[in-house]
Amino acid sequence: MTSIPRDRIATGLAAPARGFDVEVPSPRALMLRRAKTHVGFLVGGSVVLFAILVAALAPVLSSFDPYGQDLTRRLINPVWGDGGSWVHPLGTDGLGRDYLTRLLYGAQISLIIGFGAAAIAGVVGSTLGLIGGYFGGRVDAVVMYLINVKLALPGVLVALSLVAVFRGTVTTIVLVLGFLFWDRFAVVTRSVTQQIRNFDYVRAAEAVGASRTRIILGEILPNVMNHIIVIASLEMAIAILVEAALSFLGLGLQPPTPSWGLMVSEGRNYMFFKPYLIAIPGAAIFLLVICINMMGDGIRDITAPEGRN
Amino acid sequence: MHRALIALLVAITVSIIGFSLLRLSGDLATELAGDNASAEDIVRTAKLYGLDRPLHIQYVDWAGNALRGDLGDSLYTHEPVARLIGERIGVTIQLSFMALVFGLVLAIPLGVLAAMRPNSWIDRTALGIAVFGQAIPNFWFGLILILIFSVMLRILPISGSDTFAHFILPMVTLGASVMPAFMRLTRTGMLDALESDYIRMAWAKGLSGGSVLFKHALRNAILPVVSLAAVSLGFLLGGSVIVESVFALNGIGLLAFQSILRTDFPVVQSIIVFVSFAYIFLTLMSDVINAYLDPRIRLG
Repeated sequence: MTSIPRDRIATGLAAPARGFDVEVPSPRALMLRRAKTHVGFLVGGSVVLFAILVAALAPVLSSFDPYGQDLTRRLINPVWGDGGSWVHPLGTDGLGRDYLTRLLYGAQISLIIGFGAAAIAGVVGSTLGLIGGYFGGRVDAVVMYLINVKLALPGVLVALSLVAVFRGTVTTIVLVLGFLFWDRFAVVTRSVTQQIRNFDYVRAAEAVGASRTRIILGEILPNVMNHIIVIASLEMAIAILVEAALSFLGLGLQPPTPSWGLMVSEGRNYMFFKPYLIAIPGAAIFLLVICINMMGDGIRDITAPEGRN
Repeated sequence: MHRALIALLVAITVSIIGFSLLRLSGDLATELAGDNASAEDIVRTAKLYGLDRPLHIQYVDWAGNALRGDLGDSLYTHEPVARLIGERIGVTIQLSFMALVFGLVLAIPLGVLAAMRPNSWIDRTALGIAVFGQAIPNFWFGLILILIFSVMLRILPISGSDTFAHFILPMVTLGASVMPAFMRLTRTGMLDALESDYIRMAWAKGLSGGSVLFKHALRNAILPVVSLAAVSLGFLLGGSVIVESVFALNGIGLLAFQSILRTDFPVVQSIIVFVSFAYIFLTLMSDVINAYLDPRIRLG
């Protein structure tokens, strides 16, 4: 038996061709190159990263207590308004709490809910999509049926009533939103899996007798992952918006939690003469969501440039 | 036929979910009996509302009555739920339609223009508006519109549902949330259509620009937009809960919200089931409309 050098086995058959100096960049290098020139991804990603840092460092960045009321310092304008100062850069709210501090702590809540809900929805939806797409037939019919049931239910209305029943805490909201907004994950992973399962490398894995679990997790999942990440960013943005809406309506997180939606709702009482109280937290939600979406669109363009538009 | 059967199955499931949703809390009778109720009172209340029976029997009972048009009575106002919904559905339907039309009127021309000149300033503006509409929290957008148009400019009313003017701000708020999807779909559809052979053929025949764009390209590009529009109407009926609350529009969204606050579960479950059925019906309709518009689907 002739011995084959170890590295030749790993890299396949072809010996390194001499004389060909054309450098073929690896897919990873290509992706990195695209990422560095994608404006939307860079801007969106930096802002999201910034929001994560600021949220994590909230106790360091601000010496105020987000719950600390000071009725002698109510409704102080932000720096740019009359009587504003750098002590309270974004002013104070109707109970004299520092608005910037509440905004920072609110970022923690929005991000936790966004990540948490998207993670749960991602696991639930992708599992269903992978199973339905791979097995087809009856299994797929059941998955499609579940997706149709989910699509028919009015999401916000169901979320509202569930959160009202279970009381609004961060945990209940993450669970409710996670188990409510999995449909897009399922729809996309299902259709991508249907395409992939007929590819040669899946057929080859089947031929060598790999178990179904191993094929789904080892062969198919890595190739669906790009899509899952893109949808996750989208769903994260949606979860943040829905939490804000629930809290705004008074059925989500309860006072005195510094949820951005709740801050808009509390600011509503003063909105006609202190518009900054609703403008600031609303703009924060808007900015974070826009940047998450830009980052998601960027990831899609970078990982699958042919899937644009 | 096959689709209608699945739709029926989905409808039944949705009604079961809608029905059991609010019973999950388990202590409805306690809540209904009030704060000072004794254990005896709670048992009596449970009997009175039939809450002591097994869940599936309660469901069959409720579904049977619902099929005969009796959705039960509100626990709060004691009026029949069907009448409560009937009185307010008009407002919600009007709002949803206006928002849909607003979204389409804005999205389709923008999508067509964007597709005609990809990567031009108009394409970027259109995408910018879409990103904007997708990300703005609609309760906040509503408040900002009130601040600008009702408080600063004083040209539109703040809240209520008496006149057409009352619907303008809610229409813009709600329409903004569905517009991005229409715009992107129109743009993609037009881009595909404009690159196709039949459009090249049409240009080659020397047809005028308007004729090529509208008679040939848009007709094909619009198909997915039509089905999305039908589906979105179902979404809007359920999604108007936030906007109706912000503008105090007296539709079923506001009714649902108030009923959730009062744990008035016959009303809430009826609205959830009603909106789901509307969605299922509209999805079926969109298939029919598409088959009508596109002979390939009808014959295929």
